[in-house]
Amino acid sequence: MTRTFRLAFKAVIILIAALAAVLIASIILWMIGADVGATFYTICIVPLTNTLHITEVLIRAIPLCIIALGITVAYRSGIINIGAEGQMAIGILAFTGVALAFPSVPRPLLLPIALLAAVIGGGLWGFIPGILKARLNVSELLSTVMLNYIAAQFYSLCLRTIYLDPAEQGLGAAGTPQSMRLTENVWLGRMSGRLHYGLLFALVLAALIFFLMWKTTLGFRMRASGSEARAARYGGINVAFYVTLAMVISGAFSGLAGGIEIAGVHRRAIEGVTNNYGFSGVVVALFGGLHPFGIIPASFFFGLLIYGATLAPSKVGVPANIVQVMQGVIIIVIVTAQMVLSNAYFQDRVWRKISSLRKKEA
Amino acid sequence: MEGKIRELRMEHITKRFPGVLASDDISISVGEGEVLALVGENGAGKTTLMNILMGLYQPDEGRILINGSEVRFRGPEDAFKAGLGMVHQQYMLVQNMTVTENIALGYKKAWKPMRLSLSEVRSRVVEISEKYSLSVNPDAYIWQLSVGEQQRVELVKTLCLGARFLILDEPTSALTPQETDELIALLKNMTDELSIIFISHKLQEVKAISNKVAILRHGKVVFSGNTDDHSSQDIAAMMTGHSIELPKNLDKNDSGDTVLSIRDLVVMSDRKTVALDHLSLDIKAGEIVGLAGVSGNGQRELSEAINGLRRVESGSISFFGKEIANFTPRQVIDEGMGYIPEERNTEGIVPAFSIRENFILKDASNPEFSSRSILKKKDIDDYSEKLVKEFDVRCPDIQTAAGSLSGGNIQKVILAREIERKPRFLIAVYPTRGLDLGAVEFIHQQLLAIRREGIGVLLISEELDEIMDLSDRIAVIYKGSIQKVLDHDEATRARLGVLMAGVKEE
Repeated sequence: MTRTFRLAFKAVIILIAALAAVLIASIILWMIGADVGATFYTICIVPLTNTLHITEVLIRAIPLCIIALGITVAYRSGIINIGAEGQMAIGILAFTGVALAFPSVPRPLLLPIALLAAVIGGGLWGFIPGILKARLNVSELLSTVMLNYIAAQFYSLCLRTIYLDPAEQGLGAAGTPQSMRLTENVWLGRMSGRLHYGLLFALVLAALIFFLMWKTTLGFRMRASGSEARAARYGGINVAFYVTLAMVISGAFSGLAGGIEIAGVHRRAIEGVTNNYGFSGVVVALFGGLHPFGIIPASFFFGLLIYGATLAPSKVGVPANIVQVMQGVIIIVIVTAQMVLSNAYFQDRVWRKISSLRKKEA
Repeated sequence: MEGKIRELRMEHITKRFPGVLASDDISISVGEGEVLALVGENGAGKTTLMNILMGLYQPDEGRILINGSEVRFRGPEDAFKAGLGMVHQQYMLVQNMTVTENIALGYKKAWKPMRLSLSEVRSRVVEISEKYSLSVNPDAYIWQLSVGEQQRVELVKTLCLGARFLILDEPTSALTPQETDELIALLKNMTDELSIIFISHKLQEVKAISNKVAILRHGKVVFSGNTDDHSSQDIAAMMTGHSIELPKNLDKNDSGDTVLSIRDLVVMSDRKTVALDHLSLDIKAGEIVGLAGVSGNGQRELSEAINGLRRVESGSISFFGKEIANFTPRQVIDEGMGYIPEERNTEGIVPAFSIRENFILKDASNPEFSSRSILKKKDIDDYSEKLVKEFDVRCPDIQTAAGSLSGGNIQKVILAREIERKPRFLIAVYPTRGLDLGAVEFIHQQLLAIRREGIGVLLISEELDEIMDLSDRIAVIYKGSIQKVLDHDEATRARLGVLMAGVKEE
């Protein structure tokens, strides 16, 4: 089997998968009577046509990337974190709380402290399912989902009570549940449009996670615990400790993503600001192969889809929900293609068929 | 019921896998009432050939003939219909279902519309088990059964589904010596009605049961003929390509100090029953103590308790004079304990980790392999290359996932790690289970070598030959305590067998 064949095989499979995804999505669009070509153009191409659009894509990619990195740490350590949504909300609350409490502390001090608070808040929200799993073997799927509910309600409660913007107070139930605009001392600077320096955070954190997981003894032990807990225990690794630690790190990343999102984009806590990033982050992490260098392009791709979905209703009159359906289709098809790619046996059969055809020709 | 299978032939079977020729122009035939032993080392292609016969794989070339006419099996269903039945090495039973329910899964005749007639299945099970004197309790849950009993369930299942031709893939690899003898007697009885292909690399069994033998090596039949015309030694030599003489422990040693002293150890099993009942045992430096016993009598719990993987309820474990009962696994490792665990695939290695990562599983923090928590790639690579060479681990390179290696090579990886750590003591649990002769020879040599260096070894095994070849003293474990400790010279197979069965000697 030659190298060229392997590459060609991969390229063909990816191409087929992409075509299949486009075909299925087209059928859905056609059924609702939308202009198929224009919709695809709006979702996939328009967001890349000018700087403003690209910055908007990147803004969405930043939290996705950071959350996915955290989920990778957990997943590789044998615990599946689907509580990123809640951890992010708690991170935002912690960040906002610090900003509201100390508005006059100068920026070089307040911004790091507020971000640290977001890290601690998210980390704490990750610690709970982590320790429950490690000590009492409570399923993390159960505990993280339940903690998501608690966090969402708590978030909502805070925004309607202690965090509520005084300007909204007079409006009673009609007001938007949001905090007042935060002090400039917790703002992250912007590079272009709304694109903020969180982008650098995301890239640096990706490198950091790669280093942590694959180059240090800590990462080695976490991966051993996740890959085969029994062997890790045999090898003298305190599996319970590393599982908890991984969950804390994972939660901390989600919390940080929340803090950065507020500091860079919204500059106040608003209801619904977590925007399902916590769940999309799981998909991004898996899509990126649970590896930082895969997560960077994966988060850009998902940022593109999410932003494209916001454009579709106004430009071509396709509801955003349909775009989400299309996203689902694309994900399933591509994941299937990945499975095919990893089947060495199938690849070998294709290779032999091709080489026997060649022999006949010759 | 269709007619008997008078003759089964596989002709010129060739099968390729990515990078390997698993079957290379193989032809075999089995006649009515015959037992064909298919022997060969691990990886010789025995299981692949049988999977082709059962329709699990399609051959690239060649054909299968039953009673002279060609058949094509697209899947196991087709093979069942033709009357073939296979008992796999790993039993395919659902643990939390009863025997009857397990058999009902495949017994389509009892599947009525919207309803499953369990009573019909049950009576069929009883009928078959009486006919072939395979005693099974149809209402027992699988998890309640011993390995030997589970195997009988597999046999009954296969026969219930109408098999008139049996394929048994290493049926004795998990059985105790007694269970093995029983199985062989059973199979002999069954040849009145059935033909059998018996896959094995244990030559005593091959001699005991088969009429014909086919020897596979590297995917080719290197020999086939009548079993009686050839000695075990001849067959072994043809199997491995060279003659093998397993090493023996001959020089007697009783001068060492006691290094591991276990007193009145009480440990619970996973099901919270008493697994070790006031067990006491002493082992000296530079001796191998073989722990003989039918598996399930507390061997696993003993090795886990010593290594900090299972709680000690009471009693003491003194290691070089230090009390180590209820230490953490890390602390026990740091005391210099080496441990080759029973489950080599899931405990001895992290299967998804590369060979090099598995070599440093216990030592990531050792200054040799990391400084300030950062792994030293170069040093780990050099160390791994050295070990792979020294212990002859056959692998493409040190980045290969350890779980993708053969059993023998996985065991070499574990052995290399444990021995190269320079332990003060070694516990080896079933170190050669399921391995071929070449690998067994290598592992026995290594165990004897570290013994000569003055290291004490606790060898837990169910192979009496292994224990008698290697041990200075032999302790027999029964129901969680030591029946008796014999000197090497006092031990005979018969005497050990009696002790293992729980009979007290006066």
